[in-house]
Amino acid sequence: MTDAALPRRQPIALRFPSVMIFLAVLALFTVGVTILSEGFGIGVISTSFIKTLGKTLCLCLVALAMDLVWGYCGILSLGHMAFFGIGGYAIGMWLMYARTEIIVLESLAAAELPPTAQEVSDGIATQIFGVVGSSEFPPIWAFAHSLPLQLAAVVIVPGLLALVFGWLAFRSRVTGVYLSILTQAMTLALSLHLFQNDSGLRGNNGLSGLQNLPGLDEVPQATVSLWFFWASALALGLGYVLCTWIVAGKFGSVIRAIRDDEARVRFLGYPVESFKLVVFTLTAVIAGIAGALYYPQAGIINPAEIAPIASIYLAVWVAIGGRGRLYGAVIGAAFVSLLSTWFTGGQAPDINLGFYTISWVDWWTVLLGLSFVAVTLFAPKGIGGLVDLVTDRKSPNRHGADLGPDQGALREQEAEK
Amino acid sequence: MSMKFLSTTAAAALLVSTLPALAQDVSCPIKVGVLHSLSGTMAISETTLKDTMEMLVDIQNEKGGLLGCELEAVVVDPASDWPLFAEKARELLTVQEVDVIFGSWTSVSRKSALPVLEELNGLMFYPVQYEGEESSKNVFYTGAAPNQQAIPATDYFLDELGVEKFALLGTDYVYPRTTNNILEAYLKDKGIAEEDIFVNYTPFGHSDWSKIVADVVALGADGKKVGVISTINGDANIGFYKELAAAGISADDIPVVAFSVGEEELSGLDTTNLVGHLAAWNYFQSADTPANEEWVAAWKARMGDERVTNDPMEAHYIGFNMWVNAATAAGTTDVDAVRTAMYGQEFPNLTGGTAVMLPNHHLSKPVLIGEIQADGQFDIISATDPVPGDAWTDFLPESAVLTSDWKDLGCGMYNTATSTCVQIKSNY
Amino acid sequence: MLRFAALLSACLTFALPASSQQADAPIQQLLQSQSDLILESSRRTIGPAIDALANSGLVAAQVVLDKWQTREMWVNEETGLFVFAEEVDRDTLRIFDFANGSEIGVVPDDRFDQLKPNSGIRGLIGTALVQFQLSDPDPDTRRRALDAIERGAEESHLAALRASLPTETDAQILARKERLERLLTIAYGATDAERIEAIQTFDGDLSVDVRAALNPLLAVRIDVAEALPSDPEVGRVLKPGSEALNREDAYALLVSANLAKPRISLADQRNALIANIADGQVAGIQVATLNTQEARDMAYAALADLGTVTAVATETEVDQLLANHVFYERYVGAPPEVVFAAQAALNAIENKVAINQMFDLSLDALSLASIYFLAAIGLAITFGVMGVINMAHGEFIMMGAYTGYVVQLFIPDYTLSILVAIPLAFAVTFGTGVAMERLVIRWLYHRPLETLLATFGISIALQQIAKNIFGTQARPLTAPGWLDGSLVINDIVSISYIRIAIFVLALLFLALFLFVMNRTRLGLEVRAVTQNPRMAASMGINPDKINMLTFGFGSGIAGIAGVAIGLYAKVTSEMGSDYIVQSFMTVVVGGVGNIWGTLLGATMVGFLQKGIEWFNPSNTLAAQTYMILFIILFIQFRPKGIIALKGRAAEA
Repeated sequence: MTDAALPRRQPIALRFPSVMIFLAVLALFTVGVTILSEGFGIGVISTSFIKTLGKTLCLCLVALAMDLVWGYCGILSLGHMAFFGIGGYAIGMWLMYARTEIIVLESLAAAELPPTAQEVSDGIATQIFGVVGSSEFPPIWAFAHSLPLQLAAVVIVPGLLALVFGWLAFRSRVTGVYLSILTQAMTLALSLHLFQNDSGLRGNNGLSGLQNLPGLDEVPQATVSLWFFWASALALGLGYVLCTWIVAGKFGSVIRAIRDDEARVRFLGYPVESFKLVVFTLTAVIAGIAGALYYPQAGIINPAEIAPIASIYLAVWVAIGGRGRLYGAVIGAAFVSLLSTWFTGGQAPDINLGFYTISWVDWWTVLLGLSFVAVTLFAPKGIGGLVDLVTDRKSPNRHGADLGPDQGALREQEAEK
Repeated sequence: MSMKFLSTTAAAALLVSTLPALAQDVSCPIKVGVLHSLSGTMAISETTLKDTMEMLVDIQNEKGGLLGCELEAVVVDPASDWPLFAEKARELLTVQEVDVIFGSWTSVSRKSALPVLEELNGLMFYPVQYEGEESSKNVFYTGAAPNQQAIPATDYFLDELGVEKFALLGTDYVYPRTTNNILEAYLKDKGIAEEDIFVNYTPFGHSDWSKIVADVVALGADGKKVGVISTINGDANIGFYKELAAAGISADDIPVVAFSVGEEELSGLDTTNLVGHLAAWNYFQSADTPANEEWVAAWKARMGDERVTNDPMEAHYIGFNMWVNAATAAGTTDVDAVRTAMYGQEFPNLTGGTAVMLPNHHLSKPVLIGEIQADGQFDIISATDPVPGDAWTDFLPESAVLTSDWKDLGCGMYNTATSTCVQIKSNY
Repeated sequence: MLRFAALLSACLTFALPASSQQADAPIQQLLQSQSDLILESSRRTIGPAIDALANSGLVAAQVVLDKWQTREMWVNEETGLFVFAEEVDRDTLRIFDFANGSEIGVVPDDRFDQLKPNSGIRGLIGTALVQFQLSDPDPDTRRRALDAIERGAEESHLAALRASLPTETDAQILARKERLERLLTIAYGATDAERIEAIQTFDGDLSVDVRAALNPLLAVRIDVAEALPSDPEVGRVLKPGSEALNREDAYALLVSANLAKPRISLADQRNALIANIADGQVAGIQVATLNTQEARDMAYAALADLGTVTAVATETEVDQLLANHVFYERYVGAPPEVVFAAQAALNAIENKVAINQMFDLSLDALSLASIYFLAAIGLAITFGVMGVINMAHGEFIMMGAYTGYVVQLFIPDYTLSILVAIPLAFAVTFGTGVAMERLVIRWLYHRPLETLLATFGISIALQQIAKNIFGTQARPLTAPGWLDGSLVINDIVSISYIRIAIFVLALLFLALFLFVMNRTRLGLEVRAVTQNPRMAASMGINPDKINMLTFGFGSGIAGIAGVAIGLYAKVTSEMGSDYIVQSFMTVVVGGVGNIWGTLLGATMVGFLQKGIEWFNPSNTLAAQTYMILFIILFIQFRPKGIIALKGRAAEA
């Protein structure tokens, strides 16, 4: 592990070698995929699989956020996929608006009279909302014309929603399962709201065609998919460093203490609610950013993406990967979502039992559900727990060292095994 | 399967095999992509269509395939997950390199696959009745546009049943929303006052219908005859019809015409209390023609006696056979060549008459109205002459000026007022 | 049409010896003369044919109309002759002659086409038949005649109805006839006094048909004039720009009355400008500058000045014209005296209607509340009493419903099958619940968050298994016949029996719960284990066993709730997830650990949802959204629910 004799303020990367390992693996992976891609490399990996990989990286990022809020702070939020979706909607609005604006301007340019601003706006609205039987811009689209404003919305809207909701919930000391149910209700309310056409976001249809970047019609999807893949990898890398930095310091110790015994931390004089609120809001922002990167790769966002089940799956990934450790969340999200794609994609071979053929398309969900029960019962540490098997082999020497976050509850004399 | 009812295609295939002059730039086998959900909420509807496609491909292979090649169905499962439709469409076109795709059910899944189809110049046949307002270069719409289902049904209400007050009930998503918008505009055109049109949207799977049914009954308080136009989708129909039956509303008092209730949906219901309510489609299993009898018999022989046939299946039946004939005529499965050959293709409907593919990628088909019977089938009580499908409705001001003609104008969204092509690609 | 003419002449000349049918009987000739219309079978054109039959005075005409209406009339494709027929089997018919009702023979049906009058035509036939049926000896026929009058009344019915009154013997039918007679008098009465008298007899009557008779009398037309006329037909005065009459409509009225110049739509203006482009200019204004509405207005005005286009009204002119005219309603439905009487009667009725609507809405809300309560009561036990978060609760509801479906597959009698299904559903879900508690939950009693996730895993597995077994399509679970229909208090207040049954079931469960918890040893032990398991154990109670039984009991009740919910809605693999969030809400809002709290919670959620639906009738989805938001807010203020446990119980 770390060198015991070094002063306290050591770079995070050195205190947490897992960061270095993670970043190295991520970089290798990104370079490797690029070389194998259709866009810039030898074309072994198809564009659709690049998109799948890029999306998986975004899911890893949101899983990271989930791990921070649940694994470290003990808040089992069943609402983070809602923030993820909001991020997607925010960027999707601009993508749709800008792409449509180009089309409308082109078509109006050929008209005999130069178009008025109203005609342009009506034209865009008809194009976007014609499909849901409307031709007027709802107020929620007021900033859709501006990329910077919508990018700001990616961060601000989930953050603000999390801030208000969190403030209300934590203030009235809603904790534990109650909070989980409440966040789930929030997610349900949001998705029901978006399902309505009156929400102004095209109801059930959602926003689509997001993979076509405005003004870049000539750039093939093979290239665009790589851009997003890189961006997702970068975001994941930065997110990982940020999360490590957060959990490494005193702040990290406090939120872990809150997870373990909230009342005690409160009696020690820490403003528990504020700490929780900061974590909740910050992770919502991370989720929003992940969503903004995910949906242009998926191509379409609709309210079904926000349904409560999505957030529960998020918790499943983190639990299977191993919560309370950041790389666990990443492993869980990548492993389960890729495995899911493989099984539901029909590529997995069916098992013929003679009297019954197990078709994985049908039975994968059952397997997932049951394996989840099994992980909870028998391997609470998840896949990440496997790492402990390796690291535990080396007996730790913690004299004088900064006690690591994962063993934070240990006292120094206990550390000597 | 009898040879007679597909004799047209057989003859055409025979003809081509004797014409060596045509360039045969096809690689065997010819792959037919099937993009229907086999799991998730839409599986129940879409699995039937996957089976239909496999049956059609087998029938064609028995007749010697296409252009001297075997046909091979490539089935993928987009799992009722809309983004997956885009992903799987890309996979079909780039990895599997299929020549044509038959797929999608919901509009949102079609809209998800559209950008991919247009980007990679694929070809898809979409078999379900939908809300219109779209005409993509790369999609042939073999289901009904609103003017082939909703408008004739409304006319039937107005003319034949004398309905003066309308309740438009729908599930809250794009098809009911757009259809109801078109119908509202149409009814106003027909002199129905705005206050005589009651619109209500409910979520998917809605089950608590008592208040809505009571509201509909209360509409009769001003002495006008009330009719319900239902675009309620899927499971929610069960609760709705149960409540309707419980409230003792007979089809003679308040008739209900449904656009999303077919033979499959009724199999989940006890229909004795619903006899006389209506549905509008381009096909009913009860259609009394020799071609349909053979089709139903072939389907039951393959899938089991309790299985029923429905409208989207007929759409695939027509679409697939038209594609086969077009590819035969073009001598290749190249998308652009086939598309050109598709315009004006004719194929006999299962319900009698001939479907014609129009330059706006829609079909010209007759509209049928059926009354629900106690055995869960429909009694066809009205059939129109073939109605040409209209991509852009004439009853919304923004769409009235638009037209689609891929053959001569080369544009799916052509503004006739300004004589310009609004865009070559589609709105997603 | 030529074909039919040819057929007609053919059959008249040869009189077709093949059948013994009388082709020249008057009724057949009458039918032949109308055969074009009859075969066209459209409500729009059928009128004359029905009238000809009804007014023919032929005895057989009634038979024809009767058979036609019930789809028993067939037409011979070759001869064009009409017969009525019974279907012997799918392909064979036994045909009868209209002329004398005698049987012609049993024939294959290929040569015959069935006439299928649609319900519009059937209604018209029914209306025409009324005159024959009102005094028919068969009371059912008389009732059908009254139905026909209710569906499509005609002026002629009034006289026929009055004529049939003295001979009516059945008291019930007589009452209906008298009521209908008064309703028809309102619409068609000869004198105003007679009509007003009839209106007054319906004071406070809540039936839809009364309102349907009165409302058309109040029909108005909006007129415009420079000054308000003083004739009695003038109703209220409308202000342009008010809710009843917006400015555009008001101005359109002025235009159509030739009192004002038309205005021009933006599209028309644009077209006019385009039509007048010359050398890149419109009326001397550069086309390139016409990219604002003001510029276009100016250009159009310039064109109007040049006289190339007609001038249009400006905004100030519109205002002035609207101010200078008076818009008013004119009664067109009836003479003023009748209108006033109808208005007075309606006002009285409307008030009662509003009260009754509230009552009906409350019944709906109560019914919804009982459904939520039913769905949540099992959860009130597992979550409320034991503190176990069971996300698979919804799947227990689903299992109960599917049990009901499977039972109905084996027991076709609906009443019996439900009686079997209820205990069986309890047994199945009780067993599953116990198994789940033993295998999973008991290891996680101290890790509530993980219970949530583990039970969620079970939930998705169970849901998918149900899909694999039963498919994704909804399965029928049919209520017994005696639960069909509704309890109708009046035309506004009614509730279906199935909902009443659910309400009763909810009350029974409440009683059962209270009895088990407060009056049985099990209940005592459950409460003891809940409050302090160690102390309970030291008192000789086996907490493991108690936990297992409690969980099984809660699950079993969910199973029975599943049967009830399946009866009223649908049985699908996803039905459980529709109720799970609401159920948790119900329990949390009510206050955990208290059955009365759950009851209050369910009532509140039910009434709230219906209340919101009432405010926003066109969107049920919004109601659900707002309800959830409200609950989130509510929990802010009462985090422990409506009934919060106090003291030691709260810590347990």
